[in-house]
Amino acid sequence: MNLVWIICKKELKSYFASPIAYGLMAFFALIFGYFFYAAVAIFVVRGTEMQMMGRSMPMDLNEWVVRPVMMNVSVIGLFIIPMITMRLFAEEKKTGTIELLATSPVTDLQIILGKWFAAVLLYAAILGISAFDLAILFLYGKPDGMPILISYLGLLLQGSCLLAVGAFISNCTRNQIIAGAGTFVVCLLLWVLDWVAAYDTSTTGKVISYLSVTGHFENFAKGVLDSKDVVYYLSLIFLGLFLTTRSMESLRWRA
Amino acid sequence: MIKVDGLTKRYARNVAVDNISFEVEKGQIVGFLGPNGAGKTTTMRVLTCFLPPTSGKASVAGFDVLEQPIEVKRRIGYLPETPPLYPEMEVKEYVRYVGQLKGVAHSELDAKVNEACERCNVADMKNRLIAKLSKGYRQRVGLASAIIHNPDVLILDEPTAGLDPEQRKETLGLIRELAGSHTIILSTHILPEVEQTCQRVIIISKGKLVATDTMENLNSRLRGAEMVAVEVEPRGGDLARETVQQRLEQLSGVSRVVFKEARGQRLSFEVESLQGRSIRAELARSIVSADWNLLELHAAGLSLEEIFLQLTGAEKAAPGGTK
Repeated sequence: MNLVWIICKKELKSYFASPIAYGLMAFFALIFGYFFYAAVAIFVVRGTEMQMMGRSMPMDLNEWVVRPVMMNVSVIGLFIIPMITMRLFAEEKKTGTIELLATSPVTDLQIILGKWFAAVLLYAAILGISAFDLAILFLYGKPDGMPILISYLGLLLQGSCLLAVGAFISNCTRNQIIAGAGTFVVCLLLWVLDWVAAYDTSTTGKVISYLSVTGHFENFAKGVLDSKDVVYYLSLIFLGLFLTTRSMESLRWRA
Repeated sequence: MIKVDGLTKRYARNVAVDNISFEVEKGQIVGFLGPNGAGKTTTMRVLTCFLPPTSGKASVAGFDVLEQPIEVKRRIGYLPETPPLYPEMEVKEYVRYVGQLKGVAHSELDAKVNEACERCNVADMKNRLIAKLSKGYRQRVGLASAIIHNPDVLILDEPTAGLDPEQRKETLGLIRELAGSHTIILSTHILPEVEQTCQRVIIISKGKLVATDTMENLNSRLRGAEMVAVEVEPRGGDLARETVQQRLEQLSGVSRVVFKEARGQRLSFEVESLQGRSIRAELARSIVSADWNLLELHAAGLSLEEIFLQLTGAEKAAPGGTK
């Protein structure tokens, strides 16, 4: 466990020693800021419209601002994740530094967990930026805190499982571009899988849409913590990390 | 300390290491010698548990590389051909990180980092970014990180490759210093380096073990015959090289004369003596008495390739007269 933490710390430092971490944070801050602004603007316009029409329907900040914005973040994440994971293993394989890790008294699993934790922490830090924007809601309104926390948990879970998949893809190649592009394609596919559910109601359609990563996020965005979704994310994390250990092992034998 | 028994490593298409067996005792410096692509790196990678052997056994300090890789890795310090450095880290930070990976206790870590940096002469660069270091310094940082956990066995893959002569001397000196407390295997394709540093050599070529012997034995085996390079300028100017070659061949003690090249009037030959004969004095006298100009005469060392040819007995197959 100690070794996992040592590797994790080193990886995090590497992210922050290069422009990757700052670049991604800036990119996310900009996009999220825009989406947040748009959601709040729509909320305000709708609110005044309602008042002018004389109807005083209570409008829910969580439903009108938090939920759509969080849904957006879950999609933005699909673009950020490949950029986090692409260097994880591919870079070390290219420069040969993987030889240091592989000849140190460290197990493959410790290496993988260390690197994956680092990626998760970086992703969490990036998501954390959005909390500044959401804090503004608390200044001027009274949104419900719990659903926001649950949707953050969902974002983190969704990110973690895609990061595990990305780690696996990065372990399969020594080319960072291939690793990044491959991860992006997989992320994109896992996102659009639930679109079939709209018109295909057969069992196959249901199964396919169940596999969609973003589909499982909808409940979290509503502030609903469903064990079905948590189990899905946890099993995908497990699968991704398991495949990475297998790929690490097979590389050694194929080399 | 190191035991390799019938080690074979096969890649998809070719055999990199073919049934190699050798043993290295504690405290020895062993030179691992072979031309490029002979299988040196592969053997070292098997010993460091980076690659599993296809067949055969290898063990370090009694631990098998396949069965107990973690124990083996704990006892090995490894410097690959290109030191595995992270350019974004500082020297001290990097050596510290490697120390942590190798399991150096937290309380000793700072002292060990300082000690390793001192020994490898990188103490004055401790706070530099690795990206900004020259090749020589990178090599030394690699070495410092290889000895940080005071391993029983040091495996160095071409530690002097790409260094200038001054740095080369320093690195070899450092390796000699480390010898007492560590068992060292170092690979190279430069013969004089081995002569300077190693007590024993293991020679491999094309994946096969060619010889394993002490340095002295190998020297006397190889230096039985003397090779002399001669450059002659016939004074008349119209002399054919055959005449010169014939005259040299007729000298007693000469086994073979090989014509190397002609540069204008100058003719270069390589003369090989019979076993145990010294022919330099006689060669010089003979050339001068024929009234030719003797421009150059020196003992030519054996190149690594020639050693391989001699050891493998392939020189009979090689056609004489060509280079």
